[in-house]
Formats: sequence, C-alpha cells, structure tokens
Amino acid sequence: MGSIFGIILRRIVLGILTLFVVSLLIFASVNMLPGDFAQTILGQGATPEAVESIREDLGLNKHPVQRYLDWLGGIIQGDFGVSFAQANFAEYGGTSVELGGIASVADQLAPRFKNTMFLAGVSAAISVPLSVMLGILAALYSNSIFDRAINISTLSSISSPEFFLAYILILFLAVLNPIFPSLSNVYEGMTFWEKLDRTMLPALTLTLIVTAHMMRMTRAAIINLMVSPYIEMARLKGTAPLMIIVRHALPNSLAPIINVIALNLAYLITGVVVVEVVFVYPGIGQLFVDSVKVRDIPIVQACCLIFAASYILLNLLADIMTILSNPRLRHPK
Amino acid sequence: MDDQNLVLVKNLKIEGLADEKWIQIVNGIDLHLKKGEVLGLIGESGAGKSTIGLAAMGFTREGCRISGGEIYFDGIDLVNADAKTKRSLLGKRIAYVAQSAAAGFNPAHRIIDQHTEGPVQHRVMSVQESRNDAIELYRKLQLPNPEEIGFRYPHQVSGGQLQRAMTAMAMSCRPDLIVFDEPTTALDVTTQIEVLSAIRDIVEQFDTAAIYITHDLAVVAQMADRVKVLLKGDQIEEADTESMLSDPQEEYTKSLWAVRTFKRPTKPMVSSTTTPIVSLKGVNASYGKTPVLENVNFDIHPGRTVAVVGESGSGKSTAARCIVGLLPPTAGEVLFNGIPLPAHYKKRTKQDLQKIQMIYQMADTALNPRKTIFEIIGRPVEFFLGLRGKEKRRRVEELMEQIEMDPMIYIDRLPSELSGGQKQRIGIARALASEPSFIICDEVTSALDQLVAEGILKLLANLQDSFNLSYMFITHDLATVRAIADEVVVMKNGEVIEQGLKDDMFHPPHHPYTELLLSSVPEMDTTWLDTLLESRKVDKTV
Repeated sequence: MGSIFGIILRRIVLGILTLFVVSLLIFASVNMLPGDFAQTILGQGATPEAVESIREDLGLNKHPVQRYLDWLGGIIQGDFGVSFAQANFAEYGGTSVELGGIASVADQLAPRFKNTMFLAGVSAAISVPLSVMLGILAALYSNSIFDRAINISTLSSISSPEFFLAYILILFLAVLNPIFPSLSNVYEGMTFWEKLDRTMLPALTLTLIVTAHMMRMTRAAIINLMVSPYIEMARLKGTAPLMIIVRHALPNSLAPIINVIALNLAYLITGVVVVEVVFVYPGIGQLFVDSVKVRDIPIVQACCLIFAASYILLNLLADIMTILSNPRLRHPK
Repeated sequence: MDDQNLVLVKNLKIEGLADEKWIQIVNGIDLHLKKGEVLGLIGESGAGKSTIGLAAMGFTREGCRISGGEIYFDGIDLVNADAKTKRSLLGKRIAYVAQSAAAGFNPAHRIIDQHTEGPVQHRVMSVQESRNDAIELYRKLQLPNPEEIGFRYPHQVSGGQLQRAMTAMAMSCRPDLIVFDEPTTALDVTTQIEVLSAIRDIVEQFDTAAIYITHDLAVVAQMADRVKVLLKGDQIEEADTESMLSDPQEEYTKSLWAVRTFKRPTKPMVSSTTTPIVSLKGVNASYGKTPVLENVNFDIHPGRTVAVVGESGSGKSTAARCIVGLLPPTAGEVLFNGIPLPAHYKKRTKQDLQKIQMIYQMADTALNPRKTIFEIIGRPVEFFLGLRGKEKRRRVEELMEQIEMDPMIYIDRLPSELSGGQKQRIGIARALASEPSFIICDEVTSALDQLVAEGILKLLANLQDSFNLSYMFITHDLATVRAIADEVVVMKNGEVIEQGLKDDMFHPPHHPYTELLLSSVPEMDTTWLDTLLESRKVDKTV
C-alpha cells in the first residue's frame, strides 16, 4: 500500500504548490487592475492628501512584494486581512481609521461562503445522482427514443443562458404554480427546511446547467466499455442488462465520471454569479462582483483564492478517488 | 428432432454488418453434439468459428444476426427464444470460456466474486456455497493456493492461472455445454499444456459437452473427439479426430496440415573473424526499478537470421528496444558494425536510424489508420532517401512489388481495406523503404494464420537473399524458428539461457529449459498430451 499512499501524498503536495502559484497570480493580476480604492471611495472629493492618507493607512504604498508577503503570511495564519469597503471612512480627514470588528474579510466572507456551499451542496445532491442515473439509463437504452430525448433535453438546457433558465423556472414554479419562492434571500437563523425551500429554485436552475455534462460523460464512459470482452462474458453468464451496466461497466468507468463531476462541482461553487443575481441569493459570487466594483482588494483576493482552492481541492479529490477506483493501484501485485 | 443431441444446428446462416450492408458470413452450417462429447471447430481467421460457437449458445455479437436456420439446445429453440429464456440458460446450462482470460475477467472485481455471480443469479447456490465450490474447482484445476487465489484481482494472477480460473467459472453451475473460444491461443507453450490438461480433465470428470474452437490443429488433436474444418463460413469436412489427422479428404484440410513444412536450409557457420552487424555486450536494462535484462550478450552476423525465443516476460522485446534505442540500457553497450551506438535513439545519427528498422507484431496498430499505403511507405522513402514526387512514387511502387502486392490496386488504399497478412507486408515494405541492413521482426507472424504466416516467412527469406539483410527474429513459436532461423538465442527471465546454431539447438542434448520449451510444442498426435504428461510425471517423481 506504500505506493498508493505515496501517489496521494505527491498529489497533495502538488496541490499546495499549485495553490501557492495561484496566490501569486491572483495578487499580481489584482494589483494590475486599473483604478485605486482610495480614488474610488473618495470619488469627486479626493484631495491628494486624503488619497495619500488612505493609501498609507491601508498599506497600499508599501512595495508590492512586501504587501504580498504580508498578505500570504496573514492567510497562513488564517487572517485574510481587512475589508476596505467595510472600514469606516466617514471620519476621513487624515486621522487614522478605527478598524472595527465587522471589517475583517473573514467575517464578511464566512456567511456568504456558507450560503454558497449550501447552494452548491443542494444542487450537487440533486444533479449528481440524477445525471449518473440518467447516464446509466441512456446507456442501457442507447440509441432508443428515450436516449435521444434525454440527450436533446439536457443539451438544450445546457445551451440556454442561465438567466433564461432561471426565469423559465420562476415562471413555472413560482408564478404559475407557486411552489417555491422566487426570491432566495436566506439569512442566519433560518431553519434548514426554510433554507432548503428558498434555495430550491436556484438549485434546480444549476441542476439543469450541470446535468448534461455529467450525464453525457456517464453514458459515453459506459458505452465505451460495452464492447469489452468482460462485458460479453457477463452477457454470456446470463446477467441482466441493467446489472451488466451497474456491476460490470460502471466500476470501470468511474475515473472519467468522477473527473467530470469534480469539474462541475467546482463550477457550482465558482461560477454561479448570474444565478445568484437572478434569485438575489446572498452567495460569494455577488460579494465578489460588488467588491470588484469598489476595488475592495482584500475581498477580491480572498474570493479568488477560495475559488482557486475549491478547484484545486475538488480536482485533488477527484484524482484521489480515481486512483482509489483503480484496482491495480488499490491492490498492487 | 433427434433426442440424443444436446446441440443441434441446422443450416445456420449468419450475416455480419460491413459498411452498412449485411453480408453473409456463415453459409448454412449443420452441427450436432451429444452429451459429453467434444467437437473441435478449426479454421483460419474469418472462417466463422467464433461466430458459430457463440451462435450455438444462442448469442450473436453486435453487428451480426442469424438470418436463417435452426438452433436447438436440449430441444429449446434458441433462434426464436426471447432474451429472458436465453439468459436463464446462459451461464447455467451453457457456459463460455473466452480467448483472453485477462480481458474476459472484469478488472474491478475479485475473481471469486465473478465466479459466484452466475450461480447466485441463477439461484443454483448461495454465495457461500458457490465460494466453497469455487475453491474446490480451483483445487481440481490445480491452481496454486486454491483457498486464497480467488480473492485476488485478475491483474494479480498470471495469464495461465486466469485461464484456468475462467474454466472453473464456466463450470460454476455445472453446465451441459461449454464453448471454449481459443482458450490457449494467448498463452506460452509451457503454460498452454497446463491449461489444456486442466480443461480436458474437468470436462471428462463432469461429462460436459464442449465446442472447442481453435486454429491450432495440434491442440484440437488433444482435445476433441470430432473435428469440423471451416473456411470462410463453409464447412469443408468433418470427421472423428483420428481419421481427420491420418486421412484428411479435402485439399484445404491437407494444405492446413502441410503448413509446417516450410524450412529454409541453414547457412554455414560464419568464421569467427567477421564483424557482427549487431552485437550486444553485457546489456542490462530495467523498467523503472524493475530489472528486465541481466547481462545479455549475443551477436548477429550479416545476412543471417537470429531467432530470439522465450516465454512472455523473458525480455525478448526489451532486448529489441535496447538495440533500436527506445530503452537505453543501464549497463553494457550495443555495437553496430563494431562501433558502439549511442544508447538513446535521439542521440543517434540519421544513418544509424536508417540502417536498423523494425517490423511489429500487430500490423493493425503499427500502421496509421488514416494514411494511405503510399503515405505510409513514402514517409521513410522521403525522410531517409530524400526522394520526392515521381521518384518517390516509383520507389514506393518498387517496394510494393518486392512485397508482392500490386501497386496499381493497393497504393492508394487505407490499412483498414487490407487483410492481416497484407498489412504485415506493408509493415515489411515500410521497414525496407529506408534500405536497412538489419531488421528486427518482433513476433511478426504470431497474429497471422498459418498459411498467411508462411507466406510472410517466405517473403522475408527471399528479401534476405536479395538484399543480404540480417534479421533478429523475436518469437515464441518454435515452428517458426525451425523454419527460418540460422541461430537461436533462448531467453528466460531477462537472461540468455542458451545460444548457438539452430541445428545444434534442435538436437539433443538440450539445456533443460530449451528441452521444456521444445517438448511443450503440441504435436499432431492425439496421444501427445497424455504421453507428455505421463513422462513429466515420471520426471517429477524421480
């Protein structure tokens, strides 16, 4: 078992390394963005002194390398820094700023991140089993009308713009048949069921978007194996078609399916701004867009880092599960 | 209908889909099989052996359909039976043993779990009963560690053991009929014997009827009571094994029997002063940390054929990879005309590369399926000889004439439009195109039918005479060695066990391993296996 452990350990180290490189990229590119927080916040009334003073207080006039190291050092200790926008700049006349408790990036992000994870979790809980099941059925009845119908409907849902799907769902499930609320303003203190109810429409929208990809990969991966000698062997043992797919084809086609699922889960965390906006869902995507607007650099950087980390983490997980799904690696000679 | 027959096939016609057209591939075959009887189906590839064997189970592969005739199994009409009826027979009363057990076992499940699948789903036994029974069968088939071996995954078990485990799996419900589809073709000769005797014992013990499909006459002679010879979907003749071997009636059958007669005269010994064209000096090589070659030394002299023989995993192909520079040796060197070659092919000169060429086992995968024959052969012509335009075309045509393929017909075809033997000829032409002096032939005939293989061997012999080529001929087939080699190198576990002139090698005294290899080649004699097993038993007890 030493080898498999080694492989996984190597992947983890590589993942951390990738995250480090990404942090460099994020920092560099955010710093190359045009505009300046001090300028933006002061607007018309920006005097050179006031701008200079804000920059001084926020450490914006330090050398970029120094700022990067400060930022990275903070993150390693769990401190994402202080949100510019939430700091109280009202009394700005040149004196120092009272940086209040609510101003930390972590405090800002935490509830949003929780919401995003909740939405992603609900969407994944619906879409992953659904698409794997549809994929299996499509493979079982491949080239039948059923197969084509599934393909056409999932493809058209992935090809439609997200907001369009969202509005269609609102029309049918909130306006014409008021089953779910069309606004998803979840907040602290709601019960799980209330939250679930509010989250349902955005989750369904996301399901429509990610299902096609996963379902088609499941179908293709299974059909790819259906000509293997061991599938023929299973047929010649009198095994029923559904059991052939579930017992003999699926375990061997897990690797590509897992990878596509991981990519789609990462999308659910990082790519849902439009859906959040439509349903006014307080997720991380909206926060990200708002922060870019006001040049709230610490938040933007933290969001980017979270996005990158979730991509890397999910792919890492997919890698590990792919390795574990391979009996040759699990049980070496 | 005849009650005595377990299987009765009348006038069976099967069509296959080719280029969106249905073409008849089995043209009205009759077949009958009694309980406990073994019928051998023999023929070259494309004869329809497997198709007929599977059809006797009521099964057709994707892209095939039964277009006429009747199939009865124990009185049940399999042509018109619904899927459910057939499923209730398959695995339970009719079982199948595939050509490659390594591919026929699902890599994701333990062997014993695949074994118990049949009995459990047919409600013949419980999981526990079936497991115990599996272990009992493994013991009967003389698998090592019968209690434990089933709990391994297929990749953890050797090919010969897997093939026996698959036979055990076929036996799991004690079927009335087993179809063996070339079960030993993928195995080494030494392993083949174990599997053959295991299959024969268990079939006898349980009085199971069997259809034994093979292209190897000597194998069928050991296994079958009756033999049916097939050619392109037609029956040529059928008779009991003894009389088929001693007195074949049809010309085609006789030609099959006569295959092993091609033998070129051995060339005289070379004087020890000539420089060998290729010489391996103390070569060691490894894949990662696993050593595969250990101090390998041998010479190949100009104009001669050196056969490198050994079982799979003996390092034959690895030695070839060292010579062509695909796998740099970890120690030792490869000399070409007395001059050391750089270890890695990227460091070699164009001339070095040009003079050493290779022909591969699987012509199917060695030719780019999207290039025409002209492009495939023309590429080395252009690259090494710098010919273009008309000159290139002329050279390609010339090469095609040398391999006895009409350029007018074939030059613009794709590999998929050629037969296996023709593809291998294109592989030869591609190797010849660079005007090499040394060619490595890596199992070039082992994927081919015997008649086709013989054509290829003759062609290679003629080319050698015309261009004074030297061959390194990698093979596990001793009949091929006998036909074409001047010298033989026997390898085992990455080491050279014995080397010398062919004539010495085939005459006693042998090295014990060479003896084992030689005696394991099946002979066209129905008592060969019994005699051999008897003599080996005696050896062991001594």
